[in-house]
Amino acid sequence: MSTFLGMPATPPRSPYGTGNLRGERKFPKAAHDELRNEQLRRNLGRATHTIRAKRIAVTGELPDWEELRDAGSAVKTDTMHRLPELLEELERKVTECGGTVHWARDGVEANEIVTRLVRATGSRDVIKVKSMATQEIGLNEHLEAAGITPYETDLAELIVQLAHDKPSHILVPAIHRNRDEIRQIFLDGIPGVDPGLDNVPAHLAAAARAYLREKFMTTKVAVSGANFAIAETGTLSVVESEGNGRMCLTLPDTLITVMGIEKVLPRYQDLEVFLQLLPRSSTGERMNPYTSMWTGVTPGDGPQDFHLVLLDNGRTAALADAIGRTALNCIRCSACLNVCPVYERAGGHAYGSTYPGPIGAVLTPQLAGMHAAKDDPNSSLPYASSLCGACFDACPVKIDIPSLLVELRHQNTEQAGTTAEKLAMKAAAAVMKRPTLYTAAQKAASLSRAVGVGGRDRTISHLPAPLDGWSDSRDTAAPPRQSFRSWLASAEGAATMRAAAEEGARRTDDDHQEEQ
Amino acid sequence: MTTTARDTVLGRIRDALALAPAPAPAVPRAYRTGRTLPDAERLALLTHRLLDYKARVHPCTRDRTAEVIAEVLREHGARRVGVPAGLDERWLGAYDGEVRPDSADIPAPSLGELDGVVTSSAVSCAETGTIFLDGSPDQGRRALSLVPDLHVCVVDLSTVVVGVPEAVARLVPERPTTLISGPSATSDIELERVEGVHGPRTLAVVIRTDA
Repeated sequence: MSTFLGMPATPPRSPYGTGNLRGERKFPKAAHDELRNEQLRRNLGRATHTIRAKRIAVTGELPDWEELRDAGSAVKTDTMHRLPELLEELERKVTECGGTVHWARDGVEANEIVTRLVRATGSRDVIKVKSMATQEIGLNEHLEAAGITPYETDLAELIVQLAHDKPSHILVPAIHRNRDEIRQIFLDGIPGVDPGLDNVPAHLAAAARAYLREKFMTTKVAVSGANFAIAETGTLSVVESEGNGRMCLTLPDTLITVMGIEKVLPRYQDLEVFLQLLPRSSTGERMNPYTSMWTGVTPGDGPQDFHLVLLDNGRTAALADAIGRTALNCIRCSACLNVCPVYERAGGHAYGSTYPGPIGAVLTPQLAGMHAAKDDPNSSLPYASSLCGACFDACPVKIDIPSLLVELRHQNTEQAGTTAEKLAMKAAAAVMKRPTLYTAAQKAASLSRAVGVGGRDRTISHLPAPLDGWSDSRDTAAPPRQSFRSWLASAEGAATMRAAAEEGARRTDDDHQEEQ
Repeated sequence: MTTTARDTVLGRIRDALALAPAPAPAVPRAYRTGRTLPDAERLALLTHRLLDYKARVHPCTRDRTAEVIAEVLREHGARRVGVPAGLDERWLGAYDGEVRPDSADIPAPSLGELDGVVTSSAVSCAETGTIFLDGSPDQGRRALSLVPDLHVCVVDLSTVVVGVPEAVARLVPERPTTLISGPSATSDIELERVEGVHGPRTLAVVIRTDA
């Protein structure tokens, strides 16, 4: 492989066959089986509705919620534009404050770095704070293969780990399990647990407390993720509820934090925005019980050996896409999961990735690609949505997930779709990528509604370029009372666009022939 | 010549930005900052929010601090309490149990022998019911307010601000900072909230006021 100096190269996705960014089956097939699990659907329905109500209550308390969302969105977008300088600043500050910074091109490299650092301490055990990044790269499996035992200390992660299961939700990974199942998992998996343990959540939590207490007090190394990292000061932050995070971040001698490069924030002041957006969107609380912030090493307080691993693993590939990069703005609150009608029914496992739900459906294909294998399961993720838009409304940093899904559908058909579909999506993308055309198309669509769904006899007689060739000779059925985008994504819209594109392609071919 | 992972990742980021250039946005900060409220309203708001998160709240005038701390410790049956080395000694003046000043050479597991801990605090945010500890001498190292099962935290009303921006503005970034909003909790089992998992299962907040 050779690159010319100064010629930008497209960054690589997360390497195929590594980590947890790809399921074994396509979404419809996986979801089909999950849908038959009535227990799962009951658990999920109850849970998502509960969190949803709490989130609406606490976000409604703040009269400046929309202003906070605007600020959060802009701070993240600004961050992505300045990522190189911010990461270099973060590295400099962390190093100045006594930490060591490592860079990992992908999950494999990150796993190797963490394993090497743990080995250097001589410890055979690590305690872990719940972390999406380490789940994404499959760190636990890698450590186990290297003879190191990772202990998950978040209650839900512990449940998942003891059951040899996979997380199904960003915030509450064991949301698919009920109390009876958890009781059985603890009876089977916790050494020396009281055999009379019942299924009362407080008693189950107490059993976990007793089991993990000893691990907290004796384990010399902890591994965490990070919710935020401040470039300006080198400060890292972990947001949590149970206190397991504080234990892991405070008591061991060595702390290793694995963080996606997109988690950096420019200024310490930016925390004033995200410490409001995250808890209210995530658990529906005004503030989560505990947040830890640390800057390098503090003599006499906490781990004296601190390592920060900065992880790419496909993030730069996502960044190379002007539209897709907004998915990197995600702060992992999981609000979009809780409002998604598809997630609520199918559950997190159907997505096959560490990142489920609406954000997972746009983030996973961008990190790991959609065509790394024949019939890549990830190619089905952009279709795991009805494009209802609830996720966009709930997102604290205003990620336009429905538009990202449409864009990924386009990219999918570009790369692997059938010819007709490919052409239709190409035409759609041509419209959507160019603001003036998109606006014209929207105007055409809304105008048609304004005059009573369609001009004469419920049709549109003139479509904007490049579809005008088609409408010159016939009328287009007017879209129903819905947005252009949702119409476009519907079966009817797709069929219309496909026909339009075929016509357009024929005309283009004709033009070329005339030129020759 | 080998390329480091650092160079590779930074190079990829620069390539990605070159492939899809876009103008950097201005950051609008139209949300509320610099808010103030009279003492009585800040006290009422903080109290409401702390109680909502299942903390115990004990308002008192400054001259009664020692008495109230002693009452709270007695109420919870705490016979042996830890204190940061820089805590005002007078605050434990009315307590008849054993007081153990902390120091960095005490191993963290030994802190489990304490029935409770009494600390001061740096800042509090009324709107969210959040207390900020920053490792100052009257607050101690992080392990001290984490391992014992009872945390009696003293908040002076003069350090209570209205909202999150006002609180963040008062922090010193380099200090290890812990935000505490009620006792530890989990909702991991069927979304049913259970108070008290790994941190102190009881958080008692003594709020000192002028009158």
